Amino acid sequence: MTRINLTVDGAKVADDVEPRMLLVQYLREKLGKTGTVIGCDTSNCGACTVHLDGTSVKSCNVLAVQADGATVTTIEGLAATYDGGELHPVQESFRECHGLQCGFCTPGMIMQSVALLNDNPTPTEQEIRVGLEGNLCRCTGYHNIVKAVQHASGQASEMHA
Amino acid sequence: MTAVANPPEEMAKEIGRDRRRKEDQRLITGRTRWTDNLSIPGTLHLAMVRSPVAHATITSIDTTEAAASTNVVAVLTSEDLGESQGVCINAWPITPDQVTPAHLPIANGRVAFAGEIVAVVVARTAAEARDAAELVDVDYEQLPAVLGIKEALKDEVLAHPDLGTNKSALWVFDSEAAGTGGNADDAIAKARTDGIVIEREFRQQRLIPAFMEPRSVVVDPTGEQITVWSATQIPHILRFALAATTGVPESKIRVIAPDVGGGFGGKLQQTPEEMIAFAVARRLSRPVKYTETRSESLVSAHHGRDQWQKLTLSAEKDGTVTGLKVELEADLGAYVAIVGGGVPVLGAFMFNAIYKFPAYHFSCQTVLTNTTWTDAYRGAGRPEATFGIERMMDELAAEMGVDPFVVREKNWIKHEEFPFTTVAGLEYDSGNYEIATAKAKEIFGYDELRAEQKRRRDSGDPVQLGLGVSTFTEMCGLAPSRVLGSLDYGAGGWEHASVRMLATGKVEVITGASAHGQGHETAFSQIVADRLGIPFDDIEVLHGDTQIASKGLDTYGSRSLVVGGEALVRAADKVIEKALPFAAHLLEASVDDVKFHEGRFQVVGTDAGMALTEVATATFTAHNLPDGAEPSIDADATFDPVNFNYPHGTHLCAMEVDTETGAVKMRKYTCVDDIGNIINPLIVSGQVHGGLVQGIAQALWEEAVYDDQGTLVSGSFVDYLLPTAADTISFDVDHTTTPATTNSLGTKGVGEAGTIASTPAVVNAVVDAIRHLGVKDVQMPCTPERVWNAINHGGAGGATEAAAMPHFEPDAEPGTSSTEGAGA
Repeated sequence: MTRINLTVDGAKVADDVEPRMLLVQYLREKLGKTGTVIGCDTSNCGACTVHLDGTSVKSCNVLAVQADGATVTTIEGLAATYDGGELHPVQESFRECHGLQCGFCTPGMIMQSVALLNDNPTPTEQEIRVGLEGNLCRCTGYHNIVKAVQHASGQASEMHA
Repeated sequence: MTAVANPPEEMAKEIGRDRRRKEDQRLITGRTRWTDNLSIPGTLHLAMVRSPVAHATITSIDTTEAAASTNVVAVLTSEDLGESQGVCINAWPITPDQVTPAHLPIANGRVAFAGEIVAVVVARTAAEARDAAELVDVDYEQLPAVLGIKEALKDEVLAHPDLGTNKSALWVFDSEAAGTGGNADDAIAKARTDGIVIEREFRQQRLIPAFMEPRSVVVDPTGEQITVWSATQIPHILRFALAATTGVPESKIRVIAPDVGGGFGGKLQQTPEEMIAFAVARRLSRPVKYTETRSESLVSAHHGRDQWQKLTLSAEKDGTVTGLKVELEADLGAYVAIVGGGVPVLGAFMFNAIYKFPAYHFSCQTVLTNTTWTDAYRGAGRPEATFGIERMMDELAAEMGVDPFVVREKNWIKHEEFPFTTVAGLEYDSGNYEIATAKAKEIFGYDELRAEQKRRRDSGDPVQLGLGVSTFTEMCGLAPSRVLGSLDYGAGGWEHASVRMLATGKVEVITGASAHGQGHETAFSQIVADRLGIPFDDIEVLHGDTQIASKGLDTYGSRSLVVGGEALVRAADKVIEKALPFAAHLLEASVDDVKFHEGRFQVVGTDAGMALTEVATATFTAHNLPDGAEPSIDADATFDPVNFNYPHGTHLCAMEVDTETGAVKMRKYTCVDDIGNIINPLIVSGQVHGGLVQGIAQALWEEAVYDDQGTLVSGSFVDYLLPTAADTISFDVDHTTTPATTNSLGTKGVGEAGTIASTPAVVNAVVDAIRHLGVKDVQMPCTPERVWNAINHGGAGGATEAAAMPHFEPDAEPGTSSTEGAGA
């Protein structure tokens, strides 16, 4: 067991963890942060995407011990990083543009979209598509996810069906 | 129901509004209840020991070392669990003499596919259970494995030696025998002398549903009832199957489908894992949890499609179709799944599609192989049928040298001919193929793109343009119970709904449909809001729990709205009917003088009136109700449809094909679907987009591939090519509307439409781009390699597996095997 100290969604936490424990397992099993989910075992799907010191990572691809000393933001703490309301604008855009159906990929998709927009506040459609390439969705066909990111970037026209 | 006024006109209507979804607030903030999120104190975790080989006798299972591991509670085999494990059932034996292997949740003595469960390890943590599963020592004596439909039909190697054959069932429909049309063979024979005969064999490759949430099940046996949480589409059917096969009384089982992350048919199953979790929880009297890994999901959750389709179409010289003969061969995998052979049978009624064939013959031979079982995947039988006929209509047009729309328009059912009884015996209630097509062509810019195609042809551009057409229809809204009974399906097709009027003016709506991403909570609230005149936000939709929604037949086959929605309408109407005499009594008026309108009971010609919610409160207190009245205005309704439901549409796809490399690129995709009246256009557009990509993915990317040992080589998301945002484009989605006449909202199903329609549109476009180079077909998925081979070597591009890096032959060099051939 290894002792780790980190900040998750604004709270300081410390635990003894097995060296092999993945960050996503730590978030879910030790902290009860079940908003972050596991969709695959080959780091293809991106459902577990969180921000580690401000950068998006697939939390299945990071050991919990590697996050020692770091600041982690999950979908559950995202809104609090934005002092404009109860939702982060990207969360609001996903709802506004119907960018989710079953919602399983959504936490990862939103976290990756936020990171994408941090890097490139006004991406083109193609830049959005490439920027989300590491996150799989089976419901939406990506059409409305792309629209949601455009909407969040202030580029999209009025959303209508 | 005379008191029910026509739909209110003054009040803002909910139906038709692009309401944002009620479901989203918790989903976008991570407040979710996926089954794997649930944690009951003392829960034990399961890990499955799975066969690495496709077919073998199990000679021994040594669990000693695993059982001795720290924190391992039990290691159990099929023998240990015995009858308590129940069986996995096939609910639809398609013929009385169907050959159906017994299917125990844990294999006993012999495994029939790679991935089959041979033992289960129970431990305090999931990690410890998995570690110990590695220590279970199983000895296998390998048996020859039969793979692929063509090999299975030879009956040389048997998937189940004790059955004596791989052939499970032969299901036949003949229009002459059924009295719905003529003799297809006669029509084809005649056309061979003085008409046109098109003969093709198409491959429907095997696909994996690949819902994003891996399957998970939690069983808690503490308390009087056994509670099962499962990532399932079918909590009610699962409860029935658990009770029917384990002997536990149905009343002692509660099944809950909490948040469920997609299904697409893939969670329409009674799974071995659910049965095992149920048995272990009962045996140990402890809560247990099992969550599959993605790799386990891909190898053990059921696959879809997997057919060979031999099609013969006959026509007059002018293109008027005269007959269609369909000979299918379908791979069931190692066991007959819950719907099983019923999947291709659902396609049997759809090959004739929107066309007026006077003669039709359909046969389907199902076979058993040593592969993962197959069952419903989005569209279930109907994508296969639509692909077959829409490819054939393009081939007919090509044979005649005319535009693909010429043969379609000549043969389709005209709008004034509805209702129309087809050669397959179905009555299509409504539709208008002409206007959907006209609208789609206009939005797509069909004529301009045809002109561009000609320019590129003429200039010899290495990147050629192809246009693909798919004028599809489907039968959905499963289904009239009598029809299901006549097909020997083991259940009905009704749906149930309840409306509970709460004392505080809120409304609880209970549906037997079980959503897993479809947005029922939103769309059903809109329906009830309009029907009862209650604010959208005051309606709560409850579902997916057999103790709350006690009756239901769940969600699949685009049935939730057209069957479940109608049940809801009828329950709501009953509430008004029951509330009317209460309102009249409270208003001191005659029942005949009180009308219901926009949520209020009004005494005609006066200002006197009261809201339905006030009647609900008065019913709760029951202080002043008519003499002898039962103090309730809550209502239930169970609706059994009289007919299937027939959405249709015209889909157009433009593909660019690089003739030098075989690379394909989607340029434009336009669809105009007629799904009747639309409850929520935002939700509808989402269903269409997602459906399109799943259908496009079949055309271009996805395939479950086995090696010659029966190992699934596309067994992870590294190898199974799910499309990403970067692979896809934005779509032009529009609608025309001819209301369905078989439900009061005039709605048609939309859940499967995009998937059913899009696959042939894409392949037709790819073939159209290179037809002038002598290509008549490209086998799916249309990989660059297949396209290049089709251009350079003829045929349909053939099998490409051999060109991949061999997984299990270290001596072989990649790409050395021939990739030519007809793809058999």
